[in-house]
Amino acid sequence: MAERPRLAVIGAGPAGLAAALAAAARGVHVTLVDSAAEPGGQFYRQPAPGLRARRPQALHHQWRTWERLRGGLDAHLAAGGVTHLSDHHVWCVERESAGLTVHALLGPDQERPAAVHADAVLLATGGYEKVLPFPGWTLPGVVTAGGAQAMLKGGLVLPGRRAVVAGSGPLLLPVATGLAAAGAEVAALVESADPKDFVRRTRALAAQPAKLAEGAGYAAALLRHRIPVRTRHTVVAAHGGERLEAVSVAALDAEGRPVPGTERRIACDTLAVGHGMLPHTDLAEGLGCRLDGPNVHVDDEQRTDVPGVWAAGEATGIGGAALSLAEGHIAGRSIAARLAGTEPDPRAWAPAARARTRTRAFFAALEGAYAPPARWAEQVTDGTLVCRCEEVTAGAVRRAVGELGAGDLRTVKLLTRAGMGWCQGRMCAPGVAGVAGCELAPGRRLLARPVPLGVLATQAADAPDEDTSAQ
Amino acid sequence: MNPLDLARARPGTPFTLTFDERRIEALPGQTVAAALWSAGITSWRTTRDEGRPRGVFCGIGVCFDCLVTVDGRPNQRACLVPAESGAEIRTQEGTGHDG
Repeated sequence: MAERPRLAVIGAGPAGLAAALAAAARGVHVTLVDSAAEPGGQFYRQPAPGLRARRPQALHHQWRTWERLRGGLDAHLAAGGVTHLSDHHVWCVERESAGLTVHALLGPDQERPAAVHADAVLLATGGYEKVLPFPGWTLPGVVTAGGAQAMLKGGLVLPGRRAVVAGSGPLLLPVATGLAAAGAEVAALVESADPKDFVRRTRALAAQPAKLAEGAGYAAALLRHRIPVRTRHTVVAAHGGERLEAVSVAALDAEGRPVPGTERRIACDTLAVGHGMLPHTDLAEGLGCRLDGPNVHVDDEQRTDVPGVWAAGEATGIGGAALSLAEGHIAGRSIAARLAGTEPDPRAWAPAARARTRTRAFFAALEGAYAPPARWAEQVTDGTLVCRCEEVTAGAVRRAVGELGAGDLRTVKLLTRAGMGWCQGRMCAPGVAGVAGCELAPGRRLLARPVPLGVLATQAADAPDEDTSAQ
Repeated sequence: MNPLDLARARPGTPFTLTFDERRIEALPGQTVAAALWSAGITSWRTTRDEGRPRGVFCGIGVCFDCLVTVDGRPNQRACLVPAESGAEIRTQEGTGHDG
């Protein structure tokens, strides 16, 4: 019997799981490479098994979909069609004459290497949160909205007792209602978007009744937990000495500037803040895949422009779990056909393609409505850190532009060190670009995560091989 | 309500570890960050230049703000590293190599 074709799926969230199931069902051996201890990604992040949660769905939405994915994965794991490599932090995907090699570090200390060889790779690397700077945002107690949710879902913990949830975007709703359900007092949900902007986009939004019902569900939960909602408002500053004690919230005018005299102080020990999501594209960039703006470019089959490399989910454009499932399913079927040397028939995945079209239109409409205040950068005082790792202030970035003539993100970085620290600019790039008034350019990082020099030195010689699929 | 009750968690026996020599309790499965949050601790690093306190920010291993010293090894991401019984967690000052 001929050897089964091998697919490496990077990321075990909705997109990666949908692709793994679709490909494995069609005879492809799938190695699912993921950084977490449990599959699920961020959306379906599971409580640590040691916590023995008997009702994890209390923290989740669309649980039945998860049960279906989990059941499918378990069946393929048992049958040997899928191998799941947890705690594998991928730092590079390498193209070789005969296929691709996925290089990972074993977590959580990430010092030992592992490699997986495959005929095709699916990048289902997900996204991470964008947070724009404001005075006080580095105080302990200020966390990203997604971070608060991840700690809650995974560790069943809260950062404090009284929280404000703020910023912009659809993620703030489940975060606010989730924190409240888990026992935090949510003092306010502060959203900078204007509800009128949603009304203007009703056609695209109304085309997705399930999504509207989801929104209505959140509205009911907000009421039930008595969470005050302030739209067209923004957090102008976080206050505290050694940790967060309060935030100042102000109304926004039509230009996106805080209205003088509307400022109000809200006591809180937690601020969960986020301004939307960004795709994780490091691995795609390392492979030389074309990007469209911040997103990995894909065709109708979810193929990137690099042979043997597909992408699905948030990496190809932020659109939530439903879109990730549709894209992952299409990618898995396309990969199975292509690896078998046949031309896939798109009619076979027509329902997924329709869901993809609808959901993309829905999120395009949402993205237009959910936006940080247009003039947010004006509110960032000179003394505010914009780069958290290297402790670079907005004032230093402004001097690099105004006095030293920096005209792009790269020059700002070279002059100020903003973006040169541990996170490699992932957290600060949008903030630095906004304060500097430059365009947000892709990071073009050589390695997707810090790699010990010893690992790089031994890579060519004797990297341990974990590929279990060639049987 | 609390998160453990909401998810009807029945964790195994709690164990102890130390944070700056103070004994704190942790649950099996929790990360170092989750154990510290449970004990009401939200900062465990001071920055290299200004010496300012930091703790969890992104919660998913991307931002490196939650770096901490675990059993003498600095620069561990508290949001990823599992809490272990008897672990010695210390506030990381600066690079963690400053002595």
